[in-house]
This record gives sequence, structure tokens and C-alpha cells, in this order.
Amino acid sequence: MPMIQTEALTKRYGSVTAVSELSVDVEPGVVGLIGANGAGKSTLIKMVLGLLPATSGRATVLGLDVATEGAAIRERVGYMPEHDCLPPDVSATELVVHMARMSGLPRAAARERTADTLRHVGLYEERYRSIGGYSTGMKQRVKLAQALVHDPQLVLLDEPTNGLDPAGRDDMLGLIRRIGTEFGISVLVASHLLGELERVCDHVVVIDAGQLLRSSSTADVTAASPLIAVEVTERTDDLAAALRQAGLGVATVGLLLEVDLRDDTTYDVVRDAVVRLGVGLVRMERRRHRMAEIFATPVGGEHVDAR
Amino acid sequence: MSTPAEPRSAARLPGQGVIHDLGYRHYDGVRLGRGAITRALFVESAKGAYGLGRSTRSKVMPLLLLAAICFPALIIAVIAAVTAADKLPGNYTAYVLNLQLVVMVYVAGQAPAGVSRDLRFRVMSLYLSRPLERIDYVVAKYAALTAATFALMALPLTILFVGALLAKLPVSEQVPDYLRSIGGAFLTALVLAGIGLVIAAVTPRRGLGVAAIIAVLAVLAGVQGAVQGIADHENQDTFAGYAGLFSPFTLVHGVQSSLLGAENQLPEGPPGALGGAVFAAVVVGVVAACFGALLVRYRRVSI
Repeated sequence: MPMIQTEALTKRYGSVTAVSELSVDVEPGVVGLIGANGAGKSTLIKMVLGLLPATSGRATVLGLDVATEGAAIRERVGYMPEHDCLPPDVSATELVVHMARMSGLPRAAARERTADTLRHVGLYEERYRSIGGYSTGMKQRVKLAQALVHDPQLVLLDEPTNGLDPAGRDDMLGLIRRIGTEFGISVLVASHLLGELERVCDHVVVIDAGQLLRSSSTADVTAASPLIAVEVTERTDDLAAALRQAGLGVATVGLLLEVDLRDDTTYDVVRDAVVRLGVGLVRMERRRHRMAEIFATPVGGEHVDAR
Repeated sequence: MSTPAEPRSAARLPGQGVIHDLGYRHYDGVRLGRGAITRALFVESAKGAYGLGRSTRSKVMPLLLLAAICFPALIIAVIAAVTAADKLPGNYTAYVLNLQLVVMVYVAGQAPAGVSRDLRFRVMSLYLSRPLERIDYVVAKYAALTAATFALMALPLTILFVGALLAKLPVSEQVPDYLRSIGGAFLTALVLAGIGLVIAAVTPRRGLGVAAIIAVLAVLAGVQGAVQGIADHENQDTFAGYAGLFSPFTLVHGVQSSLLGAENQLPEGPPGALGGAVFAAVVVGVVAACFGALLVRYRRVSI
């Protein structure tokens, strides 16, 4: 059963269309929701939580209708907002216990789950201190903990790496991956950064201007049509021309040439071409398509499997 | 449901020796419904209005005010018991009226503490993404502040009542007076909590909310006193009677004296049966309007 299923889901605010005729199935696992700011990610999340009525179309979450079963959805789903949402004058433990109770857990269960969850997100002794004194990374962990404390079947994370330094970003991404694998909780993580989602997601849904751009598995996107990146000391253009003559697909990306890898003989072709030009070969490495390219490829391109 | 948590590793933390990580455990216990969640929010908010379960700093003001409003009652009770007076020095209904400033300051402090924080720091997002509906939040917060404010008035009234019983005053006379004043305290709490929460919910800055509530309540009390005094002086009895509508305390006192049969403590009470009905209607109207305004305010809160 898909975690989230939308059919021609549309949301208009006056003349502005935030989400337009969106039909997508989000399967269990870690799924990335990618789009630039204003693409409709947050609007979609609010509709999925049953907090914003759709203008038209319909959506179900865990098989429950967002229009009529919002409360039941919110009992089974966790949500981590993008913005700050933590009161500074309470400790992480106090806040998370309170939020567990607000999700319907009895007092004793709320305490026990809070201790477990804070440990899982990596908050130890500091959990008894006021949140006001926390670093951004710690605050993000508290926000994540309150979304997980009631053991949801699905968590919606809105830009969870916002404001984090590179190390904090890695920690958060690792944690997201663990939620999907070890904890067995499905994750929908919204971000405008493709690179980081590529590392943790099984599947990505790309939306732009409220419309579905594509929905495909990360493996499809990154494993398809391998490339070799070639960098030479000079005469890059001449090398590109020579390789094209040899019948290879070549794209110039900055100082690099990306050459379609057909089989192992491609390496030899490149080597021979470089030798003939008499230039220095700085690097020749195998790489996969980056997810960033799916933005450059128009809709209807070869990796699309969206409905 | 989902895959069981299988990894059982031992993680070494700096300076903490070995912690055995049991892995993630799923929760399959009970999940309470909206009603129980609303009750939990009510209980925590009502306790929070006395700083219980909060920092020491947030206990100071409410407990100081509780002491301030109980102290005179204690003295009256002791005097009554020791001197074996034939009636209480002062009466129940007048007591709250005389100490209304303490109640005002309490509401002004606790209404913003109850709701401003959740709005200002956008904690509402965390509430709204849970099974609770907006109306449940409003009901819990309104009920909690009403209960806390009621307790602030009911405690000294009960001290007076116990004092009266210890002084062996006739129970048949004391009980109706006491119950009337308790009813009045409840209505006063309902009106004050409504006004306080509406103001607090539109002023997310806590300090501003405190000042705004004090100002509104003090101005209402001042206008009521002045208008009633002047009208009384000019022998405009009907007008003087209706002047009680201006302030929450005299409004509820009007209901107590005309409909519940308490002794009137003001220069002029509500005129006749019609006056009583008008006062009662205004109480209901104010409470309904405040509740409605809160619902409208919270409908506009987005996650």
C-alpha cells in the first residue's frame, strides 16, 4: 500500500496555484520531496496532514482520506516543521513528554518513549537543560524527536538540514537513513538540496511550480547510463571533437568532459585520443549521473516513470 | 507492522563507558483520543498557571498572589474563631470585590503565560500536527485558566468558611452565602479568563500582553467606579445600577446580588428583575464572544 497517494490534487490561493493536478504515489521507505523554494512542498505537506483542504482532487495517507480522517492521520504521522517551533524555557525532555501526551500517549508511556527517542536522536545529558541554550543541531534533533516520539508509521520532515553545518548535516542525514531502515518508519523528507537527498533516499519525487516533474527511484536516476569524466591539461575542445568523431556521446561540463561509457573499450578510445593530441591527462574516472541533471532533462526524458 | 528492530550493538560514548543500545522499539500500547488529549492539556495548563512542573521563576508570581489573597482571609477566620463573633467580620461576596486587584494581576500574568508562548515560538505547529483540533486547544486553555483563576478566589473563600464554622456560626446561614460566593467566583473566573486570553492571543509578546490585560481591566474597573459614583451622586439610580456592567467584577456581582440573592455591596445593584436578566445576559454574551474570538484567532494560525 502506498504511504501517500494523491489524485489530481490541487490547491489554489486566489489566483495563485500552489499545487496543480498532482498525482503521485509515495511508497514506503525514505522518499525525497524535491523542489525549489515555493515549489509547493510545504503546501503538499499541510494537505497530507489534513490541515489544509484541497481545492480539488483527493489524497490518502496510510489509506486514510485527508479530507475526512485528518485526526486519524495525525495520530499515525509525525511532522517536523521547517521553522523554529521550540519554546526556549523548557527542557527537551519536558517538551517531548508533553508532545507525546498530545499525541495520545499515557503519562508513563510518554516518559519512557521520550527517554528512548531522545537517545536515538543523539541527545544525552543536555536533554535536561533549557532548549534556549541549545545549538541549531541540538534543536533540530529535538524537533525530530517530537516527530518520532509517538512511534508514527510515517514522518514528514520539512527541510531537516536547514541551518546545519556540514558535520551536522551528515549526522542528520545519517539519522534520517536510520529512521527508514533500523526504525522501520517511512520518511518523506522535503528539501531543495538534491545532493543530500540522493544519499539517503530510496525514491525521489520532484515537484516544480506545484506540478510533478518526475517520480523515480534513486537507483534508477543514479545508476542509469554511467559516464566517465575526463579532464585534460589543455585543448579540451579538440579532445571533445575527436571523441565525437570516434562515435562517443560527449558533454562539456565546465573543465570536464563527460563521456558516455559504452563498455571497457571506451577507456581505450579516450586514452588513445589524449595520446594523439599530446596533452596531459589530469583524470579519467567513472561516475554516475548526478540527480541535479534530472532538473536539466525536460519532462518526458528517459528516466521518467511518473504517472 | 514494520521490520523489527534487530541491531543490538554497544555504543561507546566519551567518558560514559559502554551503553547497550537496545535498538529502536516500536510502541504498541494505547493511544488516547481527542477527549483524553484535551483533558491532558487542560490539566497541564492549569498546573502550569501555578508554575507547577515549570521553573522556580514561574512559580514565584502565582504563589505570591495566592498568598496575598489568602492572608486577609486567614486573619479574618482566626479573629472570628478566637473572638467567637456572632458574624464574620466582612462577608464572602465583598471579599473578592475588595481584593479584585490581586485577581486582575494574576490573570494578567497567567493568560499570556498560557497562550503567548505557543504562538510566539510557533509551538502551535507541533500541536496542530497532532490529533487535537484547534477548538480542543482553545477549550483546554480557556478551561485551564478559568479553573486556575477560580481556585485563586475559591481558596480564600473556603478559608473564610472554615473560619466561620470553627467560630460555630450558624451553618444554615453560612452555607448559602458561601455557595453563592463560590458561584460568583466561578462566573468571575470565566469572564476574566475569556478577556485575558483574547488579549493575550493577539499580543504574542508576553510583556505586552501582561500590560495590555492590566490596562484593560483597570480601565474597566475605573470607568465603572467613576460612572457609578457620579450617577449615584446625581440620584440616577437606574443608570447607577447599570454602571455595574462595565467591570467584570461588578458585572458578576450584579448577577450574584439580583439573581442569586447575595447582599449588594455596591452603591446601586441592577434595577429589578429586568436588570438582573440584563446582567446575566451580558455575562453569557461576554463569555461567548471571548470564546468565539479565540476560535477565530486560532483558525488563522497556520502550521
